[in-house]
Amino acid sequence: MSELVSIRGLTVGFGGSLALRGIDLDIGPGEALGLVGESGCGKSVTWLAALGLLPARARVSGSVRLGGAEILGAAPAVLDRVRGGRVAMIFQDPASSLNPVHRIGRQIAEALGLHQGLRGAAARKEARRLLDQVGIPDAGRRLDAYPHELSGGQNQRVMIAMALAGRPELLVADEPTTALDVTIQAQILELLGALRRDLGMALVLISHDLGVVADTCERVAVMYAGRIVEAAATARLFAAPAHPYTQGLLGALPPVDGPRRPLAAIPGGVPEPWAMPPGCAFAPRCPQRLPACTEGLPAAVALGPQHSAACLRAARELVPA
Amino acid sequence: MLRFLGFRLLRAAVTIVLVVSFAFLVLRLSGDPAQIIMGADAPPEAVAAFRQAWGLEEPLYVQYLRYFGAILRGDLGRSMRDGREAITLVAERIPATLALTVPALLIKLCIGIPAGITAALHRNSLIDRAVMVLAVAGFTVPSFVLGLLLVLVFAVQLGWLPSGGQDSWRHAILPIVTMGVGGAAVLARFTRSAMLEVLGQPYIRTASAKGVPWRAVVWGHALPNAAIPTVTIIGFMVGSLIAGAVVVESVFSWPGVGRLLVVAVANRDLAVVQCILLLVAATMVTANLVVDLLYGALDPRLRNAVRGA
Ligand SMILES: Nc1ncnc2c1ncn2[C@@H]1O[C@H](COP(=O)(O)OP(=O)(O)OP(=O)(O)O)[C@@H](O)[C@H]1O
Ligand code: SF4
Ligand SMILES: [Mg+2]
Repeated sequence: MSELVSIRGLTVGFGGSLALRGIDLDIGPGEALGLVGESGCGKSVTWLAALGLLPARARVSGSVRLGGAEILGAAPAVLDRVRGGRVAMIFQDPASSLNPVHRIGRQIAEALGLHQGLRGAAARKEARRLLDQVGIPDAGRRLDAYPHELSGGQNQRVMIAMALAGRPELLVADEPTTALDVTIQAQILELLGALRRDLGMALVLISHDLGVVADTCERVAVMYAGRIVEAAATARLFAAPAHPYTQGLLGALPPVDGPRRPLAAIPGGVPEPWAMPPGCAFAPRCPQRLPACTEGLPAAVALGPQHSAACLRAARELVPA
Repeated sequence: MLRFLGFRLLRAAVTIVLVVSFAFLVLRLSGDPAQIIMGADAPPEAVAAFRQAWGLEEPLYVQYLRYFGAILRGDLGRSMRDGREAITLVAERIPATLALTVPALLIKLCIGIPAGITAALHRNSLIDRAVMVLAVAGFTVPSFVLGLLLVLVFAVQLGWLPSGGQDSWRHAILPIVTMGVGGAAVLARFTRSAMLEVLGQPYIRTASAKGVPWRAVVWGHALPNAAIPTVTIIGFMVGSLIAGAVVVESVFSWPGVGRLLVVAVANRDLAVVQCILLLVAATMVTANLVVDLLYGALDPRLRNAVRGA
């Protein structure tokens, strides 16, 4: 396979409970993947675990291959080269994600020094170019600003510039717009989409909102309670969602056109990691539950090219008895 | 910046005036210096003459105004015991106190800060627990108890070091260790919690996520942030260089400012007590001022506030 990143059976435990219960996920070179699910389903933990960024007490197992080479549990020196250099990550709250006591230029230059060997004036010049590229006005002067002197949207642009400094093959954007105003959200998403096209890098866009990933991503993976329950090309997922949870998420989306109707939110809440129901974790909230659903974990089944879902009913409908 | 400085200086001055006024009142309301200095069985005429000589029979507010007038002229009064200038008496003792407090401060910094950082970096490890147990012990055991323990072990039992006095550098070891250990414990706890707080911040994760090696994350990203709260406590320690040795000087009969203060209070030697308290307040307030300015240097978020104020 020519996947850029290949995650298999990724499992993460905190204390007695599992936050991830076997994640399988592939990202091709240059691909844009949306990773969607309710709060706490494990979207962030998936990528923090993949890059070795979880605290030591997290128990991580499985496999994460980058360009064919295993990086889960790799030596610190190897991981330091991967992080920022091949896979960069930006986070939800840009204001607290930048170091408050260092100037922005210095924080970008640090990444340039680590991954491109640039120092001094060369690093400064390149940092300035990156700030230009992410659309920060007056980039030359902004290099000497501190994060608290910029707005949230500008700080997120700085985070993106810093992520680009290592010329990564994959950028993981973990809810990059959640903390921002609606108008700024759209600008940041547009910027991410444009950068991906221009630079040919792959993008994982994490969000709890299907609407956010729809325009930017070619493919979407839906997570629920530490597992991926459905993955498909974006158009297909929106047209023919197979998993009842995905159907529920789509029902909760306001229609783009047509009359506004009340959102059909999914009743009930996400099960706590320490109180997972047996069988399908979505069963307690599932309107299409079958008796067999609580008996065993439904395996992911292929429903078409690039389309899979972990749902008993979807599997049965595929092969009519 | 200038306005900020001016405001701070004004506040410092007010603090000093309040401390000195409080001392003035308490000293005069808590016993008659004339009676204490002359002795309980002194003839009444002699006591009255003493009062007359030192202006003690005048109303309190007159004494108070006179006292402040003198301070403004740079006159801190004379000892009622031997008539020498209070400032001279105090100044004579300062080197002895600094001989204890400065090395003790170095111990606090050189042990407390690395211990706190190490504990935070290896949270819940054996090292962390050991540091914390020692820190809590050093923090809770009062310095006179620790001092007496050290005397028992190293002076009485082992006979390695003298238990009191000021004849050689060996006499200084036990008092310095007594002060240094307690302060190092406080600083270790403080540094550890400041460091833990910072290590949990999102920007530390960002630094790791962009490929900064862990050592560089700690030195370049965590420590400069953890230094900000730690400077407060270090400033307090620097501020107590003069006055921080009262207990230890008494335990080890070390002739420093602290012991002079104890004796002067017992004797109601008003000018000497007030002179020491003035000095203490001034060093504390100065240290605070330096801390405030350091904040601005360490934390760009405060720098603007400092400039704007
Ligand atoms: N450092 C941690 N220690 C203990 N539990 C954690 C830690 N990080 C995450 N978890 C737990 O792992 C689960 C998944 O968390 P994660 O942050 O991946 O959710 P998420 O899908 O990113 O949600 P959100 O949309 O709120 O960011 C949650 O139950 C969370 O409580
Ligand atoms: S497996 Fe069963 S309970 Fe789970 S989503 Fe499918 S139909 Fe619903
Ligand atoms: Mg998250």
